[in-house]
Amino acid sequence: MRRWVENDNVDMVAGLVASSVTIATTKVLEENNKLGLVNGSAASSITNEHCTPNHIHYAYDTYPLANGTAGAIVKEGGKTWYILTADYAFGHSMEKDVTAVVEKNGGEVIGSIRHPFPTPDFSSFILQAQASGADVIALANAGADTTNAITTAAEFGVTQAGQTIAGLVVFLTDVHALGTEVAQGLQLTTGWYWDMNDEARAWSDRFMEETGARPTMVHAGIYSSTIQYLNAIEKTGSDDSQIVRKQMMDTPINDMFATNGRIREDGRMVHDMYLAEVKTPEESSGEWDLYKIVRTIPADEAFRPLADSSCKLVSSK
Amino acid sequence: MSMIFGVPMAVLYGQLLIGVINGAFYALLSLGLAVIFGLLKIINFAHGAMYMLGAMGTVILFDTLGVNYWVALFLAPVLVGTVGVLIEYFLLRRIAGQDHIYSLLLTFGVALIMQGILTNIYGVSGLRYSMPDVFKGGVNLGFMFLPFYRAWVIVAALIVCFGTWFMIEKTKLGAYLRAGTEDSQLMQGFGINVPLLVSLTYGFGVMLAAFAGVLAAPIYSVTPVMGSHILIVVFAVVVIGGLGSIGGAIITGILMGVVEGLTKTFYPPASSAVIFLVMVVVLMVRPSGLFGKEA
Amino acid sequence: MSQTDIHSDIQKSILSQQKTENRRKWILNGVLLVLLLLAPFVMYPVFLMKILCFALFAVAFNLLFGFTGLLSFGHAAFLASGGYTTGYLLSNFSGLTTEMGIIAGTLVATVLGLGFALLSIRRQGIYFAMVTLALAQLVFFFFVQASFTGGEDGMHGVPRGELFGLINLEDNLNMYYFVLAVFLGCYLLVQRIVSSPYGHVLKAIKQNEPRAVSLGYKVDRYKILAFVISAALAGLAGSMKSVVFQLASLNDAHWHMSGEVILMTLVGGMGTLLGPVLGATLVVNIEYQLGQGPLRDWVDPILGGIFVLTVLAFRSGIVGEVQKFIRKNMG
Repeated sequence: MRRWVENDNVDMVAGLVASSVTIATTKVLEENNKLGLVNGSAASSITNEHCTPNHIHYAYDTYPLANGTAGAIVKEGGKTWYILTADYAFGHSMEKDVTAVVEKNGGEVIGSIRHPFPTPDFSSFILQAQASGADVIALANAGADTTNAITTAAEFGVTQAGQTIAGLVVFLTDVHALGTEVAQGLQLTTGWYWDMNDEARAWSDRFMEETGARPTMVHAGIYSSTIQYLNAIEKTGSDDSQIVRKQMMDTPINDMFATNGRIREDGRMVHDMYLAEVKTPEESSGEWDLYKIVRTIPADEAFRPLADSSCKLVSSK
Repeated sequence: MSMIFGVPMAVLYGQLLIGVINGAFYALLSLGLAVIFGLLKIINFAHGAMYMLGAMGTVILFDTLGVNYWVALFLAPVLVGTVGVLIEYFLLRRIAGQDHIYSLLLTFGVALIMQGILTNIYGVSGLRYSMPDVFKGGVNLGFMFLPFYRAWVIVAALIVCFGTWFMIEKTKLGAYLRAGTEDSQLMQGFGINVPLLVSLTYGFGVMLAAFAGVLAAPIYSVTPVMGSHILIVVFAVVVIGGLGSIGGAIITGILMGVVEGLTKTFYPPASSAVIFLVMVVVLMVRPSGLFGKEA
Repeated sequence: MSQTDIHSDIQKSILSQQKTENRRKWILNGVLLVLLLLAPFVMYPVFLMKILCFALFAVAFNLLFGFTGLLSFGHAAFLASGGYTTGYLLSNFSGLTTEMGIIAGTLVATVLGLGFALLSIRRQGIYFAMVTLALAQLVFFFFVQASFTGGEDGMHGVPRGELFGLINLEDNLNMYYFVLAVFLGCYLLVQRIVSSPYGHVLKAIKQNEPRAVSLGYKVDRYKILAFVISAALAGLAGSMKSVVFQLASLNDAHWHMSGEVILMTLVGGMGTLLGPVLGATLVVNIEYQLGQGPLRDWVDPILGGIFVLTVLAFRSGIVGEVQKFIRKNMG
């Protein structure tokens, strides 16, 4: 990676998945004044304390995911919360974000438990969450931990007993792996859904033809961000990272991926996010027909406000 | 409600039961390891991969051929057992008589290969496997809701564990096995095909792992890397029980499930480390494990 | 010609043979040194430093495994503790010069190594491997949860700083020559240890421990010392690695890393001096070259295949097999 940038004079890097790799890469990009487009990584710290003038975080981050989901559930009447937190930095910061949102909306967090990362068996923790009697069991974890917890919750009859499960970082591929039978009714926030409008559908049909699977918001984000980048180069006739970044910031983004999108000074691309609910097996008409969009969360509401940012690029700091 | 250290009794009972259920998985897996080490002196680092193959096999058999859970419960272990026999025949046999450590390194390599290939084909995000309809739902025990499937896991695991222990320790076949692996020349002289016996024993040991994999398929997320973490835990269990002790592996497996369950209740952050801590302490006090013979 | 003349003739020829062999060795070493000094002008320095760090890690591991016969399955703990300590200190105390940070990291790994050694040294063979693995897992869980490591995100932006407060290590060439110097120093140290009387006792323990005991050696003390030196050098490798890459991550603490260093040592040739260096070079190169090409996703299975092949076909590793070949064919 470092070698591409320093030796081979690569101007732009797209993709970037694991948060740890992303943060390391952005430091190299900053040293060498190149531009990175981050899509796969979840950590909201990438445009907060780890922001650089040399990358743009595009598709999503944990802040709107947790915010959108938690806020919506409290408003629907889920007042008492129990949080299952993955016991490492990512989980801790997520727990903090969720607690703030729940309390702001008039709910209460009555308990939380920190589980080891990763945990293959959640029965013990689900049992404790059940015993708490909270309205909502929130999962401040990701990936296999989240799907494992959801599976176990379904097995132990959590939803039948009247408790709601809130997955905070859930992707289309996770829901696909769980299946509608287990995941039905789960509420989650997403930056994009393949079936959400004609433009998205048309693009994802092409994607499906090539790969045999439906694209996630990360795939769509990579495509969209790359197009935006190439457009900016064409417009400015330059491949200097700062000129291109400026041009990208000045251009509102409305395409197959984003609605009301724009890039902020901290490098965060903000756009409308969506609160989705997983369909029941009866509602679902196919393997990938998984979400119904419940609500649109406007761009300005969804992401971490600049006022709360600790990014060095934000002018008020 | 009565409380113990701030935990309601009802929750505690629930945790104990769950500990036993998880312990049943540990028992099955460590039993296979103990059979393989006790009889063949092979340190099977591919055991986690075999567990994974059992679970992946169940899902793949269903997706491609529509094989249902009950058939898979037999078919998947048999297929994985066959893979085991092939590995023994083509690879492990060639290093027989060398330091045990080479068997560890060889099987570690085999595990990397299997895990890597399946990751390339299926990715790591987990395959879907639905719970068989018979097991949907559960029963309310008063202190907890016990899903039918978890109850089945305990029953199935205990039957298989006890059956294996009985076969090896109490039957003629078991006596041949123990004798054949201890003094192969003598048994060869009696007309017993020792190399075949060795292949079959290894195959049987990994079958146990695959059986645990099938049991895991409906409740855990099935991924090509699911065996990598549990392998290390199960090794610790076997070492605590005493390498090679069949009965020790079973009892320690269940015991460690309970210990881990209690840790998850009282001090969750330590729950993934507690088994290793127990292992270090046990080996300080009893170098050959709880049930091992003094070396 | 008298008896004595013949004798002295034979002696002379043996001596001159040894001399030419020694001369060959010196020439070989000299050529290698020149190549290492020139390498950063041809190849990417950061990549070379990665090789050197892993080579040092493997050399450290080999002192214990190859020369003393103790298979530690927990050496990742030392690599990571060195790396994290150095990373933490250099990031948080700006007054600290780089070498101080590295020394501190090495010391922490040394102390940790002593702890491991005291707990595990009486266990034999496979039990020893398992105890070290269990201890390393405990260290791993500590690093996962401790806030200063950054958990899954890793520790980033470790400043390279200035060596002795004078030499700017941000410059890749300066950094390279520093790493090379440390590596060569450690390599010579291990060479000295192995050929010293102490090293001979270690080899005796490896070949036949009960005999070494009956000869009156305090075997445990020898083994503990070997373990501690090995842990210290592994920690040093980790410390330098975190300075070179300016980051430390959980990968370094994972048990797969302990497996990887075994692979490096085994492929190169355990119990030889050059073996682990060659093995590390090979494994790092394979990972890197494959990582670039169409076989990107096949690194793990290919490494697994090398493992299997090495154990089956050439257990003495590349250097070991070459030595055998030379001995067989050249006298």
